[in-house]
Amino acid sequence: MELKTLTFIVVGATFALYIGIAIWSRAKSTGDFYVAGKGIHPVANGMATAADWMSAASFISMAGLIAFLGYGGSVFLMGWTGGYVLLAMLLAPYLRKFGKFTVPEFVGDRYYSQTARIVAVICLIVASVTYVIGQMRGIGVAFSRFMEVDFATGLFTGMGIVFIYAVLGGMKGITYTQIAQYCVLITAYTIPAIFISLNLTGNPIPQLALGSTMGDDTFLLDKLDLIVTDLGFREYSTASNGNMLNMFLYTFSLMIGTAGLPHVIIRFFTVPKVKDARYSAGWALVFIAILYTTAPAVGAMARLNLINTIQTGPVGSPEGNIQISDVPDWMTRWSTTGLLSWEDKNGDGRIQYYDEKGLGDKAAEYGWAGNEMTKVDRDIMVLANPEIANLPNWVIALVAAGGIAAALSTAAGLLLAIASAISHDLLKGVFRPDIDEKTELLASRIAMAFAIGVAAYFGLNPPGFAAQVVALAFGLAASSIFPVLMMGIFDKRANSTGAIAGMLSGLGVTLLYIFWFKGWFFIPGTNMAPNNADNWLLGISPEAFGAIGAMVNFGVAYVVSHATTPPPEHIQHLVEDIRVPRGAGTATDH
Amino acid sequence: MTAPQDSHRAEYWKRNLKLVATLLTIWFVVSYLFGIILVTPLNAISLGGYKLGFWFAQQGSMYVFVVLIFVYAAKMNSLDKEFDVHED
Repeated sequence: MELKTLTFIVVGATFALYIGIAIWSRAKSTGDFYVAGKGIHPVANGMATAADWMSAASFISMAGLIAFLGYGGSVFLMGWTGGYVLLAMLLAPYLRKFGKFTVPEFVGDRYYSQTARIVAVICLIVASVTYVIGQMRGIGVAFSRFMEVDFATGLFTGMGIVFIYAVLGGMKGITYTQIAQYCVLITAYTIPAIFISLNLTGNPIPQLALGSTMGDDTFLLDKLDLIVTDLGFREYSTASNGNMLNMFLYTFSLMIGTAGLPHVIIRFFTVPKVKDARYSAGWALVFIAILYTTAPAVGAMARLNLINTIQTGPVGSPEGNIQISDVPDWMTRWSTTGLLSWEDKNGDGRIQYYDEKGLGDKAAEYGWAGNEMTKVDRDIMVLANPEIANLPNWVIALVAAGGIAAALSTAAGLLLAIASAISHDLLKGVFRPDIDEKTELLASRIAMAFAIGVAAYFGLNPPGFAAQVVALAFGLAASSIFPVLMMGIFDKRANSTGAIAGMLSGLGVTLLYIFWFKGWFFIPGTNMAPNNADNWLLGISPEAFGAIGAMVNFGVAYVVSHATTPPPEHIQHLVEDIRVPRGAGTATDH
Repeated sequence: MTAPQDSHRAEYWKRNLKLVATLLTIWFVVSYLFGIILVTPLNAISLGGYKLGFWFAQQGSMYVFVVLIFVYAAKMNSLDKEFDVHED
């Protein structure tokens, strides 16, 4: 069967499944809409959290970035898994014990202040909207590829589907559909990885294949190091992502961002007991780690296969490169999306792909007139990977379905977090406490529509690849939400003035740094300095700056809290109380 | 259900913090220390086809993270029982 038809069938079938589940379990009351009646088993909750968590950034974008960054891509791997350790040990059990619907509710109650609650809502919206922008980029890539249209058309189609999807079901629909989505996306991710691992090394387990030998007894990673350096690229297994400080802070920012992201935290309100909240984080990480430990293999093998496709013979020999008339179908297909392009600069009818700076004068000796792969979008690598490796059409179709599942599930989860922040925390909690459930639900849907519109606008002009935009969102969550949550539990002395000052200063410096290099509100051309390592403070990239923002937040909150009046007696008792599990409200209380 | 004494709760909290500190030290060592700070010297050692530092950064640290959370959950749940602060 033709690939396009097959892709439509597979994507359509998985869609029917999700929407079917969403309709079947359509949210009835607002309580259900937000936290699914708080009665979900830790393993199921872990799986749903994993689907919620693993977005277009993890599924579509991350392995592609690793493919081109090599060792430097480790920041995503460690950062996006290590945060669960912090979440499990520092936040999840206590927030579950506290037993409220949303993060701003916790902040508002713990810091006995409506202002603190409003500031938390603002932080949450800034981080979540940035996150959705990253998803939109991934959604655009996936839809443009499987519909074989240009990127913008793909983006708008995807956007419409996300909206219908998120409005149809609340969290309850989402929890069960997300379990289905996890199953689809993990199958779609691992099957091609297994095929490719077998092809290249004979070992079917990607985690082991990456450390195995290829047909000719050389280790895969050694071989990859050799062929990339021959073409002037940096050595795969040692290429660093900026300096060591940048790697460190980048990882740290992603970790504490994970622990501060509202749509992940809200998941831990849905388990029956405090005990379950602890295990739930563990299960979530198990399901996430299956994909995350496979990703480095996917990245390395995609890079190897990509180079082998273009560099068919010895580097520098006239016949060593693929003829343009012979380019494989996948290259032609991806070129219609505008995300892959090439140009015959030296007019030899062949394509040369190399690093101009790294190769230097050698290029001229070879008769090469510049890198001819003029665009290789990092975000296409995972989706193109099975095509590059010549896998059967059904595998390619499955990967498209998985990519869409990943992007959809996270976009829906985030939209829900944004919607509940606006309708529940701002409208009902602060401005109009008297509105009924129906109005609240309507307000949340209008908020969703608005958020999708904003995200789509930026999806067209993204400030980076999907995973990088998502990394910015994590930096914003890290710098604003995580510190006040942690201090709220671990420092009884932390008061409202400190928390508000901390959140505002943390978010403020991080946003300023990001906008300085990425443009004000990400509008292209409005940046104050070129976005490169020479201009960055101590070599810290905007994606890594959230860690600094968090330290500022902690510092300010601590100093201000201790210089002003301590929180009232009943708040100190509240903190005492959330530290022990006994007496946690039952899951169905709300 | 009687409310636990203040000193009893303080002791429970202290034990909790000690456990978390130990586990987070391991968390730091496998990721930041082995995966980033000491990556170059560790890369001199190989683990199959992996350089060891690279392996910690792209594989090993994640396996350890999973184990850490389950150890934490199991230890905390038994600590809750020991101090009689568990749910039902």
